[in-house]
Parts: sequence; C-alpha cells; structure tokens
Amino acid sequence: METTHSASSPRDGIAASVRGLRKSYGATTAVDDIDLDIAAGEVFALLGPNGAGKSTAVEILEGFRRRDAGEVHVLGTDPETAGRAWKARIGIVWQRPVEGSPLTPLDLVRHFAGYYPESWDPEEVLELVGLSDKKRARVRSLSGGQSRRLDVALGIVGRPELLFLDEPTTGFDPEARRRFWTLIRDLAGEGTTIVLTTHYLDEAEALADRVAVISKGRIVAQGAPATLGGRAEARARVSWTADGHHREIRTEEPTRVVADLMSTFPGEIPDLSVHRPTLEETYLRLVEEPGADTQESLAANREELTT
Amino acid sequence: MSQPTTLPPAPLPGALRIGTSRGILEVREFFREWETVVFTFSLPTLILVLFSSIFENVTDTPGGMSATEFYLPGLIAMGLMSVSFQNLGIGIANERGNGTLRRLRGTPMPPAAYFVGKTVLVLILAAGQVALLLAVARLGYGAALDLGAAGWFTFAWVLALGTVSSALLGIAISSAARSVQAASGIVVVPFLVLQFLSGIFLPVSLLPDGALTVASLFPLKWMAQGMRAAFYPESAAAMEPSGGFELPLVAGALGAWCVAGLVLCLLTFRWKTAKDG
Repeated sequence: METTHSASSPRDGIAASVRGLRKSYGATTAVDDIDLDIAAGEVFALLGPNGAGKSTAVEILEGFRRRDAGEVHVLGTDPETAGRAWKARIGIVWQRPVEGSPLTPLDLVRHFAGYYPESWDPEEVLELVGLSDKKRARVRSLSGGQSRRLDVALGIVGRPELLFLDEPTTGFDPEARRRFWTLIRDLAGEGTTIVLTTHYLDEAEALADRVAVISKGRIVAQGAPATLGGRAEARARVSWTADGHHREIRTEEPTRVVADLMSTFPGEIPDLSVHRPTLEETYLRLVEEPGADTQESLAANREELTT
Repeated sequence: MSQPTTLPPAPLPGALRIGTSRGILEVREFFREWETVVFTFSLPTLILVLFSSIFENVTDTPGGMSATEFYLPGLIAMGLMSVSFQNLGIGIANERGNGTLRRLRGTPMPPAAYFVGKTVLVLILAAGQVALLLAVARLGYGAALDLGAAGWFTFAWVLALGTVSSALLGIAISSAARSVQAASGIVVVPFLVLQFLSGIFLPVSLLPDGALTVASLFPLKWMAQGMRAAFYPESAAAMEPSGGFELPLVAGALGAWCVAGLVLCLLTFRWKTAKDG
C-alpha cells in the first residue's frame, strides 16, 4: 500500500500521539490522563475490560468524540477539527456490523469507494477480505463473520494509512478468527498502521506489535506482548510432586532448578511443569490492581512468597 | 523532509457526485424491499383502485366527476407526503438507530451529500408515484386529466412545494424519535390523522370546522387543496368550505412550511443517537 502525498506522511513516523487525554461523562471519568504514542506501520492493541475507557479513547482518536482535556494528534492533525481530507486517510471498522441491506457487498464497496480520492478496486478489496464468492449475494444473507469481513472491506476501500478496528472478532468461531487475523497481518504487512481494541488476549498476542492495557480510564501497562507488565522478567514457576505433596518454586533460573531436581529424582520428575506468566495472567493482574503503579505492582509480584 | 516524487493530494470527490451516487443507491435499496414498495409506494394507488371500484356508481359529484377523478388529487397529495414525510421520517430514524449515519460520518462523505442523496430519492419516488397514480386513473378508470396549461402549472408548483416541505418535516421529525420503534409511531399516527382531517378520504365539505382548522396548521391540507385546484373543474370551487381554492394561500402556507421545516432540520438534525454521545 503506497501513499505518496507529501501532506500525508506522518511526521517522524508517528501515526498518533496522545498527551494528558481526559474525558468524563457527567461524574464518571472514562479516560483519565492517558498518554499514547502509536508508530506508523505498527499494529497497536488497546486492551481492557468493558467500560475501561478503550472505546472512548479510540472514538476520540477517530474524531467521533470531543475530549475534555489533553493533546491529540492523529496523522499530524487534531481529530476534533480535522476535515474530509483527513477522514480520507483513516479507516474505521465499527464494533457493530454493517446493517442488513438488500443490495450486494459489491454494490456497497463500489459505492463507498466513490467517497475517497484514491480507492482500491472494489473487486480486489472483496478478494482481499475473502468475500469474492459472496460479492453478488445480498448483504442481509451474509453470516456474522462474512458481515465483519464486509465491514473491513468498507473500512479499507479508501486505502487508509491508519485503520481502527473495534473488537473485530467478537462472536467469531475459532477458524474465522484465524482467517481474520491473517487478513489483518496482510494489511499490516502492506504498511497500514492498525489500532485494535479487543478483550481477547490471544488476539492481541497474535497480532499486536505493542499493547497498552487500560483499566478504569488509565494506562496501567504498555509494551510488546512478550514483555508486557514485566512478563519477560517475571520469575518462572517450577512445580513438581514429591512424597505426595505439591511443591512449587519461583525462580529466575528454572533450568538450574530442573537440573537440581534431575539429580534428586532417579527417573521422571513427577508432575514437572515450568510455567511463565501468560499474557492473560499478566493482564488480569494488571486490571485487577487498578491505579497501582506498574512498577510497584511488578515489584510486589516479584516479592510474592513461594511455597 | 523533501520527497521529490510526491504527488499533490488527489482531489476529494464533490458533494453532488457522492450525493447522486447515494441517491441511486437508496432508490435501488428502496425498490429491492417489496414491503416498502407495496406499503409506502403503492398504497395511494391501491386506495385509488379501491375507491374507484367501491364508489363506481356514485354520480352525485360536483361537475359530474367520476369517483376516480374525485379522489385523485387528494391521493396524489397523500402519496407525495408518504414518499417524503413518512419515508424520510422513519428511514432516517432507522439509519440513525442502526449506525448507518455514524458509519457515514466516519468517511470523507460531505454531510451535504447525504441530503442530496435523500433529495434524489424523494424526487424519484415522487415522480414515480405520481406517474403510477395518473396512469392507473387514466388507463384503468378513464379519468379525463384535462388540466390545461394553467392546471399543470398549479400541479407542478404544488407538487414541488408540498414535497419539499413534507420532506423537511420528515427529516426534522426523525430526530424527535428516541428509537426506531418510536419513529414509526411518531410518523405514522399523525400522518394518518392528518389524512382524515385534510379531506383525503372524506370530502372537505363534510368535515367540521375544527378538523379543518387543525389540518390548516399542516402542509397536507394545502397540498390536497392545491391539487384539487389543478385537477377539478372550475365549478368544483364552490364545494370548498371557503368557496374557492385560495391558491395564494396554498402557496403561502406551503412556502412557510418549507422555511419552518428547514429551520427545524437545522436545529434538530443529529448524526448520532443520544447513546453515542
């Protein structure tokens, strides 16, 4: 995907930057002092429980909601005052699937293509999202997964530099999710910056270069999925059974522990397992300790006593 | 940072072009839904057929008109209001509720294009509806349709002013509905009541003064009166409660509703539901 306007190159390789973003609805604070930087070309996932503020944050980036305070730049422009030329450079895949229509996917994609100065060929877009064989079916007759792929087709037909995906695979069966992930990777591979909100951790882990976890309106951790919340440095848990009792050690050197165990046991070590925190465990710990400073909670975790 | 190979930004497509494309898309969607085709589009014609058959032998009409000729102007007015007021009132509330408007606001579509699209839709439906009514009246029931140049001129401006004012009112009322379900009630019930009060089904001469006074506040009564002026023979003017068709008053009332409708639209139109924030 080549975008060659001088006006459209994101400054300094930054697709979006957010400083001190705040938004309240009445007495409820939805977004409470958020800072974010999203690099051009990366897949960025915003994770958080329902009501954590991720949709509000994304809708502010999309120009759909006004903020109470803070600075927001998306593709070098403030979304609140951005015009049509800016909207032509972003793509939005809404959480809610496309409304049923008696027309066909090809009709709709062709129509939406006409909104943009430079669009993809509608047939090519439908091919890319895997809807070629359904392009002349009625939109109303599509399955949930197929409707979702049509949503993506409508979101990308204008060749966006930045694509927002709001919980794109909710309600998918596992196979449809895998296919969808492949599609997102293809888009990212062509240079589209992707901002994804999801509450599926495997989805964030499979797709995202970087993840931010948002809880009660605040970013509680940010980083690559593999290192999020100190996950990489967290101690491994080695467990086994000895004399009919469950034994467990938390260690920074699991290999040495296992080697020691091998010298203790004559053959197989009963019930041996070496476990590092999954993204899910890390995430749950992060969102269950709202407001706790990341470093503190990380330190607290390291000091947890082993059995 | 200079990039010698950069192109100037491609121009954004204009509101008229996108709007026309939207209009064509909406017309295609409209005619693919048999429910809307039957209930919104063909209803006045069905009623015309019904009345023409039921009242076939009624000859006690002014100027010796047939039942078809008698009911035609009122049903044209009703049809125009149905494709504009009812169609837009329910349709836009539905598009707001199901996220269509929101989706459109996330694209570079200029807002004006949406209204251009609705204009194209209403114009095509209005033309189609009137053509169907006239064809059935003429070919099916031998209505004279002997309007003369002045009559057709009256027909044209009443059609234009009536459709525009009703369309604007439809857009405005769509914003009053809190949900899609509420919209059909808010739109259909007042419209039905107005049809009875405005002399669409019952001759205006039979209506009590109170009914006509209420109807006079809304465009349908004036549309029907203007259409009667266009279609009825001169002698039928005596049948009007005021003793004449009062065309200047018709033009004034419909013109005032165009202005009021536009102001209401500008004040009330929302792209989002209250829930969307």
